Amino acid sequence: MIAYIIRRVLYAIPILIGINILTFVLFFVVNSPDDMARMNLGMKRVTPEAIENWKAERGYDRPLLYNAARQGTEQLTNTIFFQKSLKLFQFEFGVSDSDRDIGYDISQRMWPSLAIAVPVLLVGLLVNITYALLIAFFRATYIDIWSVVLCVVMMSISGLFYIIGGQYLVSKLLHLVPISGYDTGLAAIKFLILPVLIGVVGGIGAGTRWYRTLFLEEINRDYVRTARAKGLSEGLVLFRHVLKNAMIPILTGVVVVLPLLFMGSLITESFFGIPGLGSYTIDAINRQDFAIVRAMVFLGSVLYIIGLLLTDISYTLVDPRVRLS
Amino acid sequence: MSDTLLKVENLQTWLGSGERPVRAVDGIDLEIRRGETFALLGESGCGKSMTALSLMRLLPPAGRIVAGDVYLGKTALLELPEYAMRAERGGRMAMIFQEPMTSLNPVLTIGQQIGEAVKIRDGGDRRAVAQRVVELLHSVGIPDPVRRVGEYPHQLSGGMKQRVMIAMALAGRPELLIADEPTTALDVTIQAQVLALLKELQRQTGMAILLITHDLGVVAEVADRVAVMYAGQIIEQASRDRFFDNPQHPYSRKLFQSLPDAGKRSRRLAVISGNVPPLNQVFTACRFIDRCDRAFEDCEMAPGWTELAPGQGVRCHLAGFHDAVSIVELPEAEHTPVAAASGPGSSQGPLLQVEQLKVHFPIHKGVFKRTVGHVRAVDGISLSIDPGKTLALVGESGCGKTTVGKGILQLVRPTAGSVRFAGDELTRLKGGALRSRRSELQIIFQDPVASMNPRMLVGDIIEEGMKAQRIGRTAEQRRARVTELLGQVGLPDDSASRYPHEFSGGQRQRICIARALAVDPKLIICDEPTSALDVSVQAQILNLLKLLQNSRGLAFLFITHNISVVAYLADEVAVMYLGRIVERGEVGQLLAAPRHPYTQALLSAVPVADPRSRREVIRLEGDMPSPANPPAGCHFHPRCPFAMPRCRERYPDLNRLADGRQVSCYKVEHEES
Amino acid sequence: MMDSLVILWTDALVFLLLLFVGTFGVYAAGKEHLRGPWRLVVRSRVGVSTLVILSFYVAVGLLDSVHFEPSYLADPQAQDRAQSTEVVSLFDRLVLPLRERQEKTYSAPLATHLYAKENIEQSDGTMIRDYPRLQYGGAHLADPARDWAGDVLRLSLIGLVKGLLVTLVLANILFALLASRRAGGFAGVAREVLTGKGEIPWRSALITLGLLLMVLLWAVELSGRYHLLGTDKVGEDVFYQALKSIRTGLLIGTLTTLVMLPAAILLGIMAGYFRGWVDDLIQYTYTTLNSIPGVLLIAAAILMLQIYMSNHADEFNSLVERADLRLLFLCIILGVTSWTGLCRLLRGESMKLREVDYVQAAVAFGVGHFQIIVRHILPNVLHIVLITVVLDFSGLVLAEAVLSYVNIGVDPTMNSWGNMINSARLEMAREPVVWWSLLAAMIFMFTLVLSANLFSDVVRDAFDPRLRSSR
Ligand SMILES: Nc1ncnc2c1ncn2[C@@H]1O[C@H](COP(=O)(O)OP(=O)(O)OP(=O)(O)O)[C@@H](O)[C@H]1O
Ligand code: SF4
Ligand code: SF4
Ligand SMILES: [Mg+2]
Repeated sequence: MIAYIIRRVLYAIPILIGINILTFVLFFVVNSPDDMARMNLGMKRVTPEAIENWKAERGYDRPLLYNAARQGTEQLTNTIFFQKSLKLFQFEFGVSDSDRDIGYDISQRMWPSLAIAVPVLLVGLLVNITYALLIAFFRATYIDIWSVVLCVVMMSISGLFYIIGGQYLVSKLLHLVPISGYDTGLAAIKFLILPVLIGVVGGIGAGTRWYRTLFLEEINRDYVRTARAKGLSEGLVLFRHVLKNAMIPILTGVVVVLPLLFMGSLITESFFGIPGLGSYTIDAINRQDFAIVRAMVFLGSVLYIIGLLLTDISYTLVDPRVRLS
Repeated sequence: MSDTLLKVENLQTWLGSGERPVRAVDGIDLEIRRGETFALLGESGCGKSMTALSLMRLLPPAGRIVAGDVYLGKTALLELPEYAMRAERGGRMAMIFQEPMTSLNPVLTIGQQIGEAVKIRDGGDRRAVAQRVVELLHSVGIPDPVRRVGEYPHQLSGGMKQRVMIAMALAGRPELLIADEPTTALDVTIQAQVLALLKELQRQTGMAILLITHDLGVVAEVADRVAVMYAGQIIEQASRDRFFDNPQHPYSRKLFQSLPDAGKRSRRLAVISGNVPPLNQVFTACRFIDRCDRAFEDCEMAPGWTELAPGQGVRCHLAGFHDAVSIVELPEAEHTPVAAASGPGSSQGPLLQVEQLKVHFPIHKGVFKRTVGHVRAVDGISLSIDPGKTLALVGESGCGKTTVGKGILQLVRPTAGSVRFAGDELTRLKGGALRSRRSELQIIFQDPVASMNPRMLVGDIIEEGMKAQRIGRTAEQRRARVTELLGQVGLPDDSASRYPHEFSGGQRQRICIARALAVDPKLIICDEPTSALDVSVQAQILNLLKLLQNSRGLAFLFITHNISVVAYLADEVAVMYLGRIVERGEVGQLLAAPRHPYTQALLSAVPVADPRSRREVIRLEGDMPSPANPPAGCHFHPRCPFAMPRCRERYPDLNRLADGRQVSCYKVEHEES
Repeated sequence: MMDSLVILWTDALVFLLLLFVGTFGVYAAGKEHLRGPWRLVVRSRVGVSTLVILSFYVAVGLLDSVHFEPSYLADPQAQDRAQSTEVVSLFDRLVLPLRERQEKTYSAPLATHLYAKENIEQSDGTMIRDYPRLQYGGAHLADPARDWAGDVLRLSLIGLVKGLLVTLVLANILFALLASRRAGGFAGVAREVLTGKGEIPWRSALITLGLLLMVLLWAVELSGRYHLLGTDKVGEDVFYQALKSIRTGLLIGTLTTLVMLPAAILLGIMAGYFRGWVDDLIQYTYTTLNSIPGVLLIAAAILMLQIYMSNHADEFNSLVERADLRLLFLCIILGVTSWTGLCRLLRGESMKLREVDYVQAAVAFGVGHFQIIVRHILPNVLHIVLITVVLDFSGLVLAEAVLSYVNIGVDPTMNSWGNMINSARLEMAREPVVWWSLLAAMIFMFTLVLSANLFSDVVRDAFDPRLRSSR
């Protein structure tokens, strides 16, 4: 098993390299730094000097891959690829195009993101599993049929509508919590309630439906029949046998997104004015700050790969068929 | 009667709703006495399992019991509320299922699963439960139960899992154990173990067993009374001995006649033509009428139940007439023994010669997936087949039979050894050269469902090989040939424009045979071609194969675990154990007097459909080891009753004995010299 | 002067897709394993009802995909007509009044007055601040305060009755058609349909169609005199915008799959069938692509496209063309992020299939790899492809809204539900709230997505034998 995990870790390396090269090509080869500069400085009346200046300030004035003007290793290290792309491996994100330290920003902003994402995940999981179990218990009755219809209706509503509708109803009409904003410490709670609630409600449709499928798939297995033949009650069958088996796909599905929770949610955060990484990314996109977008792409990929690794590991831990072979 | 344990009256179970529900159980009456073994015998799809599940009230969601009464002792089971029924389930009545592989929960230890059942019945603290679990495991003959308690189902072999299932059923000290095909998924040697265990437990606890099976041999072995089921009804019921001496119903009698065995070698087997009628209809005539060769006018009316003697009865209009039994059967036509030598492939010398064939699959492990070992699926076997002859390759599941077939066909490339076919070394042929030889060697698979592309028309399926081998120049020529082939395997002409799923299992197997014949092979490898089929249908296929062999001079490599088929069909037999051939010889000689201890045990474990053949079952202990690390020395030594110190050191050579057969065993070597 | 046809990139692809679907339909009609499940689909009540609604959307989308440069727009003053680069669609022609009757700024649904007070010069020369009358909406009313309610009611009734009449006519045509094809006569067929017997649930289809037509004609009737769903900031009719957005939504949902299908199918099957290094390479490719969070990859790609477009502005003839290319590019990049799921599914399935007996039998006959893939593997994974395509559709429609909200979706000048929501959101803080753009977008989107979701459930149940047998 250890060997298996080591192999997965090693396998992640070429993937990270691939991602690094991909982002490099996307950000520096498809469009040259000149293009970026022109874009950033505004199209009209940009002088070549202004462009050079802009590039020099941000370190984009180096050659892409090979610096013939330097000596020794500098020929390779004093390049955009080395400075801007390879440095990402050390989590050196550099400065943004508007001169802020990206690494510092990230370390500051990931906490508000987590403050929303973690409760949404946990509460959502609890609600969805409970509801799905309930449906599974009443399978093939009207409760089942109408619950599925409800789920389909709920998942057909755009997430944007949940947010806008929720804000309008809860904050604007009922004045229960502030519409948006954030605070430090415990004071943040009143700002968090609504986004968490909306996140959970928005996820019920798809989540419950998916878990229901998993449960029903397990319920049709032979071992469930065996459990019933023992004289177990339906509740015990569901909890001890079905839930335990269905937890394997559920758990592995959850584990893979765990690291990505750091990245926050783009939409929710920007709607509620939460200073997390999600709204950070959106702002960067809107300001066309390439350095930040590049950093986030890399960070997101790394987190996803970590998620995959954790999935592999958790899989070997929860499934005795994998653990013991 | 006071000793009646279970009484079922007019039980009817329907599946599915809508206009045409499947009437899977259509008015069943039966009685089971305390302590007896009652066998419910029938072909697949006749409603045996549904009967059992109805008794337990464990029907799938689509099923419902529409009429009838079930009494367990004095309790009317069908009237109990669900919570009270739960107490009966796993209490006074317990059930074990056909597929031990899927019937256990993969993520709970077997201790937890048995403990659960114990706890419901006995309550009690954890220690008492744990102790009882160990006791139960011990009672079903699981070695080292204390350690096994913490293991998961996937760590156990099939036979072990079935024992665990039995232990679970015993937890509630049942008065009635319903066993739905408990040994069908197991090998014969394991089957013998499990049946013996059931008998032994019955003796100890006095429980009754409702044994559901399709195997006449198993019935002969363990049953006290028998009921035969056909299309949702019981059509005959009798004590075992009466049933085997003198089956009354035309269907039962045909079943016996269609069993292959050595005595019928020169004859065609009796077949029951056609198929079981679909159950989603209301029958007005006798359900067997389309397949019954005794049918007469009265049969247009469904026959009632005729009680011939207490506990014996038949559902047939002929039942009352005593002479009905003695109507002389036309003897089945003899196989015309066309001299194989006159066939096309009559060149001298063997058609296929396999020398020291090895197929090893690497096992990868570790960080860099290095090869750390091999699964020695086939580990150096030699055999040869003459033109027009049949060699049967016999062995238990997992011994490498199928891999031998694939290795010969080069579907998996052998690791070592040579496969000479009609003078060519197949292992060295590649690409086009190999492709062009493929017409002479064909294969028929076990599973008639998986062996045809469900998206293709039958005609296209048969034509595929012809196209690939460029047989038949024009489309018309090929079409004509398809029609001819369909005729030869006994299917109607319009079959070509239909899809495989429109055919029954036996018919599909015929299509597969036609497909193989399309390229005019000289040798066909038949990989368990009948083991997915019912006996009556199996007889049809065996007849067809024999006919084709005689008319075309085909040679067969017949891979099977069914000894009676071997006795009927084969000229020569090779017995495989763990990747090697342990005994090989002429069929009559080998089956009559096996020499190798494994062959002896294997043959003795095969149930015979004759209660009076009181043969001594040599019971093997344990399971076949994994081919990844076979035991040192003779692979059979951990299970061999005659193992000597020498057997643990070196694998015995395959020696030719005086009577011409070959055996690899030190004991035999010793006896001969 | 002639209108000259303009074929945008996405138009071309739409018609390619249509051709593709048509060919597949002809092919499928000859194959029982494909026809059978579709028969199940049209026999399900949910199936036919959603099919009716989806056809309405598709019809609008297709009409909106035939573009041309109208000649009538060329006003006599403008000398060189090449400058008039306005591109309109057949659909625009159809709803010309909606398009042309532009107000000054916001007005509520069915309103007669603007939503903002303005200085109005009275006839006596004094200025007051009040809500001015709309230029078109309800302009025919002499005294809105008195006549409005009656007028709206009257128009609504007319619309509903018209809808009912059209439905009745259509129903009778259907009965006649059915009766001509089988026995039972007109009355018999009509009874069979209306009691809901018979194999195809025509009754459900007719009810859905009736409701749809009633709503449609009601909307037509009202929007002839009013702005049914109000106007937006620059006074454009919101109903028109919502209808125009249909094409965008459909395109995103379908073109994306069209773009990704070849790669997903080819690579998925190759990986599963050949195994070895081919498999390793393909797995590496999709794991790498999949590792980049989708939104970020799209953001990066769209940003790059923006740079490219602003640096090469002269390469585009018109705004429409530019927006169109951006839409196409969005589809492609969405395709890049979404093909991996299907590819992985197909890989797994092919891996199983290559070990199945009938493939082994084909090998034993000496059939070549290519033939095996085409004849045995592809037809047996086709249902997976179909299910995936249908299931993905609604997700993609929803994704468009989110992406447009983040400004990495379609071009801001393009009509799309995402853009409508985005612009409406800025007005949410206004008091009183401007809610109608938002609501219009939501209703149109919800109807489409819900129908698609329900439809895809039916399709999946029909094509997935595992699910079918479990019932
Ligand atoms: N879930 C189901 N839905 C519909 N029909 C079913 C279902 N399960 C079984 N059947 C049908 O009910 C009939 C009886 O099935 P049953 O399983 O009892 O047969 P069986 O005698 O046990 O066969 P086998 O030897 O294959 O186990 C068959 O026609 C079968 O096709
Ligand atoms: S009743 Fe008639 S058809 Fe049925 S089994 Fe008896 S003889 Fe045959
Ligand atoms: S060689 Fe020894 S162990 Fe093997 S079968 Fe013969 S006697 Fe038994
Ligand atoms: Mg059964």
